[in-house]
Amino acid sequence: MSAPVLKIQEDLVRGIHAHGVETYPHECCGALLGRDEDGSREVLQLVPLANQRNDSPRNRFEITPDDYRLAEKAASEKKMELIGWYHSHPDAPARPSEFDREHAWPWYSYIIVSVQKGEPRDTTSWRLQDDRAAYDAEAIETLARSANP
Amino acid sequence: MPVKVIIPTPLRPYAGKQESVELEARTVGEALAGLTSRFSELKKHLFAEDGRLRSFVNVYVNDEDIRYLQKDQTSVREGDIISIVPSIAGGSATSGATFASQARPY
Repeated sequence: MSAPVLKIQEDLVRGIHAHGVETYPHECCGALLGRDEDGSREVLQLVPLANQRNDSPRNRFEITPDDYRLAEKAASEKKMELIGWYHSHPDAPARPSEFDREHAWPWYSYIIVSVQKGEPRDTTSWRLQDDRAAYDAEAIETLARSANP
Repeated sequence: MPVKVIIPTPLRPYAGKQESVELEARTVGEALAGLTSRFSELKKHLFAEDGRLRSFVNVYVNDEDIRYLQKDQTSVREGDIISIVPSIAGGSATSGATFASQARPY
């Protein structure tokens, strides 16, 4: 199988960065809606969600089952799929932590943006392997213009 | 008695790509056991090594979370719908996850 690729419009990447800056020094989180057809995966819309980990929002995020259902409903109404999630790592690298891995689901794309001193830096995407042992990096292909304005 | 189990998108590749599966069961525990018996690859994504449901796996009977019912002993009746609903969690706190390959930062 070839390395996975996640396509995303530039303005959506900027939207993730803006959310990470807005919530800094806390983690932001949200859903990625889009399409996954024949191995080609593209993000078409973001659903920003509230980080429900009020006890340690600087280094943890949680999306409740209710918000999961909300994101799934939004995807269904737009004839899209819920293809993944994004979150920020304030003052930490854009790499999944062990905690991320323990809580990850397979198949989904997980975008992580590093926000250093309030400024967005690296943005990466990851997919959990089938055996849950590790992540595979997913290349991000940015598209200049929105195909679905 | 047949009940329907709704499979969330990330687990469908491990359940014959089906959105839902019908099973004979009297309790939620029996339904999940039947499900993982039919689709063995689902087990590691639903259950921790100690055999308990993973903390971020939520199970609902119709619209009720089984944690507020009788957990896996919650009885089910014909026509009930069991939903597996993910909680999504993570965070930067502990570094050192295992990587199969390196990400190229955008």
